[in-house]
Amino acid sequence: MNRHHDPITKRLADLLGWASLGLGATQLAAPRAVCRLAGLDDSALAQTIVPIVGLRELLHAALLLGVRNPIPGVWSRVAGDAMDLTVMGRALVSRDSGRRQRATAATAVLVAITAVDLYAATRTLRRREGGEHAMELHAAITINRPRREVYRYWHDFTNLPRFMAHLESVEVKGKTRSHWKVRGPVRWSIEWDAEIVEDLPDELIAWQSMSRADVPNAGAVHFADAPGERGTELRVNLAYDPPAGKVGAAFAKLLGEHPEQQVRDDLRRLKQVMEAGEVVRSEGSPEGAYAIRQVRQRPAQPLPVG
Amino acid sequence: MKANCWMGRNSVEVTEVPDPKILNSRDAIVRITSAAICGSDLHMYDGYIPTMKKGDILGHEFMGEVVEVGPEVTDLRPGDRVVVPFPIACGRCWACEHELYSVCENSNPNAGLAEKFMGHSPAGIFGYSHMLGGYAGGQAEYARVPFADFGPLKVDGDLSDEQVLFLSDILPTGYMAAEMCDISPGDVVAVWGAGPVGQFAVVSAYLLGAEQVICIDRFSYRLRRIHEHTGAEIVDYEEVDVMEALKEMTAGRGPDACIDAVGMEAHHPTGPIHAYDRAKQATRMETDRPHALREAIMACRNGGIVSSVGGYGGFVDKFPMGSFMNRSLTMRSAQCHVQRYMRPLLERIRRGDLDPTFVISHRMPLEEAPQGFELFKSKRDECNKVVLTP
Repeated sequence: MNRHHDPITKRLADLLGWASLGLGATQLAAPRAVCRLAGLDDSALAQTIVPIVGLRELLHAALLLGVRNPIPGVWSRVAGDAMDLTVMGRALVSRDSGRRQRATAATAVLVAITAVDLYAATRTLRRREGGEHAMELHAAITINRPRREVYRYWHDFTNLPRFMAHLESVEVKGKTRSHWKVRGPVRWSIEWDAEIVEDLPDELIAWQSMSRADVPNAGAVHFADAPGERGTELRVNLAYDPPAGKVGAAFAKLLGEHPEQQVRDDLRRLKQVMEAGEVVRSEGSPEGAYAIRQVRQRPAQPLPVG
Repeated sequence: MKANCWMGRNSVEVTEVPDPKILNSRDAIVRITSAAICGSDLHMYDGYIPTMKKGDILGHEFMGEVVEVGPEVTDLRPGDRVVVPFPIACGRCWACEHELYSVCENSNPNAGLAEKFMGHSPAGIFGYSHMLGGYAGGQAEYARVPFADFGPLKVDGDLSDEQVLFLSDILPTGYMAAEMCDISPGDVVAVWGAGPVGQFAVVSAYLLGAEQVICIDRFSYRLRRIHEHTGAEIVDYEEVDVMEALKEMTAGRGPDACIDAVGMEAHHPTGPIHAYDRAKQATRMETDRPHALREAIMACRNGGIVSSVGGYGGFVDKFPMGSFMNRSLTMRSAQCHVQRYMRPLLERIRRGDLDPTFVISHRMPLEEAPQGFELFKSKRDECNKVVLTP
């Protein structure tokens, strides 16, 4: 799954990461000074809480700076803010006037920071403009056959179920229209109509589902000559919105249906069909290359009769 | 049918399993007449090959009689006698077109799994883990052979099973090990490992024109066997220092080419060094113990060739890269591209240039495969090579 985050969200996440690192280090190194600034220097409890909060800040920093995906880090900060605001709210009530002033100022700063965190967090949820799909997949393979032959094979969509594990059938209904039927992860099947939106002979085929598809999707396959008579380089881009969005995608993954692996396996089967004439099967993987089989192999002995 | 199945570490069992049937149009079913236990079967027996599953049928060295063929197998007929090469190869991908059969791009249905371990996937192999395809092996009464129109070698009845059985793996493997050494007149070749592959490497090095071959091992009965058969010099590494011995024998130059026919479960004569690798391997901090490879690199003459056909599974430690790079060495390695060598080697056998039967020490029925594994592993009873007959 390739979810790209825009550069601004990434930059913001980095900035928040460094801020967490600085604040966490300060809270750990000089808890008393932090307490004084926040008007909490009369509370023994605050002296023990501040270094703990400091440790938590370091965790935010690790998530934001150490992980490529900014989502967990940014949202962990929002949760931290909620915690801190609750604590400060309670502290405000019981402060004397001098300390209350400092505590109020600290709370105001906290509110401002929370606003920035929330802004960053909501940005991670945003989709890029222009009808982007929740799931985008890319895979490539080299096939030792002439470009024209590979293009023609793919262009006849009724061939697709032969190498795409989840495709049950494709019915061609006209020059550009076809009807697709797919087995979903939990055995329900999904059907839709698709149309070819771009078709450059021996170079490119692009298609997309027509309106009212349950699972809106689109795909494109590019064909190019591999150098040195190595056949055809084939590159596929697929995009779709899984049922129940990202939650659905995560659920399918839990069931062993790793989508990127699936596309790679589909292309491997295409290569086998085009080069060796058939999908290669073993006793451990009787269906042939199949993502879910990689984790649940049968023993390498002949299948029982029947 | 009966088949020898992997049941876990140090455990194989001959059990009743379903008969194989044709799954693809290029398949054939072979009734097995002879199968051998390979040194690399011991790596699985010892539990060092990942992705094994209880019930896997072992065996990748086998031959027999064709009993059924798929519709696209036109050049084989029921009744034909065939030797089956251990790498499964489609014959039509770029790798196969370049005779790199053991890295066939189509024969491993679990290529995704292999890519995680190795970056790219090699070919599928009979009875050799799920990462390498999950194919049922040939220590059985029958086997399904994929791409039967391409791989298996037809043999006439004038040669016995024992004369041609090893064309399936160890003879071509030993031969390729020697061929990768680019032997020229005057060359001295050292071979680590006096098991059957090492023995065939010694024979092949002489065939290809080596001046002198030196074989290194610690089992005197194996060293004796190869010395008596070929006249090769022998070095027992538990008796003498290998580096010193090789320097002495080559007047300081070192062997022109060094063959590693040992692989991932090598031994070291110095207790603490062996214990170090043993411990790392047991805790999976390294998967392979590469003493023989390390020594082959250190011993090789400047600008020489290291040829490695010993079986490795994953990662090695303390690889002497400094010696390798600074001394301008070349390393070559592969699972043998068996299909490339079967026909020429069959011709050599027929002409009497070589007689592969000298490696056989034990013959037993398939039912006794578990005893065969135990004998072969423990090296008891001067066990050198076990042939099973179903």
